[in-house]
Amino acid sequence: MTLVKHELKQGKMSLIVWAASIIFLMVICVLLFPEMKGEMDSVGDMFASMGSFTQAFGMDRISFGSLLGFYAVECGNILGLGGAFFAAFCAVTMLAKEEKDHTAEFLLTHPVSRVRVITEKLAAVMLQITLMNLTVLAASLISIACIGEEIPWKEFLLLHLAYYILQVELAGICFGVSAFLRRGSIGIGLGIATMMYFLNLISNITEEAEFLKYFTPFAYAEGTDIVTDVTLDGGLVALGLACGVLGIVAAYWKYCKKDIK
Amino acid sequence: MDAIRTTGLTKYYGKARGIIDLNLSVREGEFFGFIGPNGAGKSTTIRTLLGLIKPTGGSGVIFDKDIVREKHDILNEVGYLPSEAVFYTGMRVRDILKLSAELRKKNCIKEAKNLCERLQLDTTRKVEELSFGNRKKVAIVCALQHDPKLLVLDEPTSGLDPLMQREFFSILRERNQEGTTIFLSSHILSEIQRNCTRAAIVREGRMTACNSVEELVKTSAKRVVVHGSVDPQELPGIRDMQQVDNGISFLYTGDMNALVRMLAKNHITDLTVTEPDLEEIFMHYYQDGGDAE
Repeated sequence: MTLVKHELKQGKMSLIVWAASIIFLMVICVLLFPEMKGEMDSVGDMFASMGSFTQAFGMDRISFGSLLGFYAVECGNILGLGGAFFAAFCAVTMLAKEEKDHTAEFLLTHPVSRVRVITEKLAAVMLQITLMNLTVLAASLISIACIGEEIPWKEFLLLHLAYYILQVELAGICFGVSAFLRRGSIGIGLGIATMMYFLNLISNITEEAEFLKYFTPFAYAEGTDIVTDVTLDGGLVALGLACGVLGIVAAYWKYCKKDIK
Repeated sequence: MDAIRTTGLTKYYGKARGIIDLNLSVREGEFFGFIGPNGAGKSTTIRTLLGLIKPTGGSGVIFDKDIVREKHDILNEVGYLPSEAVFYTGMRVRDILKLSAELRKKNCIKEAKNLCERLQLDTTRKVEELSFGNRKKVAIVCALQHDPKLLVLDEPTSGLDPLMQREFFSILRERNQEGTTIFLSSHILSEIQRNCTRAAIVREGRMTACNSVEELVKTSAKRVVVHGSVDPQELPGIRDMQQVDNGISFLYTGDMNALVRMLAKNHITDLTVTEPDLEEIFMHYYQDGGDAE
């Protein structure tokens, strides 16, 4: 557990900044809801008539007048995108930073097997993602309680679970990528997250591009679908987790035989 | 038992040469020098021995353990001092030393304290605030604090002031007397000559000589310094000729009788014939392809 503790210490500030930023934006949105609630009927009509933009964000399937509908789109985008960026950033730098910062020589000349290095670093990534999601979940619950709205537990927890799985999948993929990199990892990680976010938007716009949903974890974390169906698409989740596992396997395969420069 | 033994150890980076067919043997308890200029393959050898890179051919053992398959066991017994000491930013020196000890699952507090005192290292400072020399001291403590059986040192004195260098070598000699094997890679030949019992010279990835430092110095070449009026141009076996005050200095590998006959024909005021120092031997191996006589 030495490396897990070390990585958690190293990533502490980054975790605090990312979590605080996401919590700040989400709490602001939730606290604004009571004020916006009355105006939502007309705003909702406007949002529902913006063509492709409406479809891309799924705003034709939910009501902005309900907390759940509002939360699924507004807060979902903040946690969906912010969480994905954090997970990608955290995972893609985890292995590559040792070579980029020239600390690999220090670490790997200690009696620590590469398998242990990978396992403990992966555990550190997953722990940071879990900690971030738990604090965001707690802050959201508190802020909803503060505005006196009833919490629709099942939909609410499903939404957060979906974003958590999305982050785990992205982290797995980016962790795999990290094993192949020596520098420039942050751009690649954030690029992967951004690309997947836009793949989902495109797949929402037209049926011809619907197949893209198989290539992005944002498809099963679509807030509007989750609050409408009150379930996660098991097939897409399984496919996503398989991709994450594949990334992790690639990390073990590559890093265990990699020449450290 | 050999502390280090390589058999035909070879490493290519794609098509680029790292080391070729390296047969190295370092006996347990030895203070062994590894000499070569930048790019000769010294660091590649060390990185291969420590498992940072995989050999493309040959094999190697450290304390009879295979450098590829038993890397973990080997690293338990080894302390490594890299040429450039880099640590995690934001950490204090004491945290780095603690992390290093924890990764080895050893309690090194007492020895770390002793080494920090001898090297005058402030453990409360953050590593990014340290000079190159002080970072080197942190690396020295990390390499020594767990009392390893083998110390692998890559250009260890770069960045250390002369007083610290003296203290550092004093620590190394103490450790060596206690039985620690020391593998010292350096291009500072005086360091090797002063401290090592045996040394190997590596050139363009290949080992060109390996012998006791005493024997390496005893090549057929002699440094000849002649004062007076001398013109030895036609004499075969003369190299590295330099003008000195009222005379010349050169390395001589030819027939000694021919040299004496030539000198007798000239008017000389002084003559010294000495063993060349390791620096000159090193140049000899590099300029001539290295036939270790």
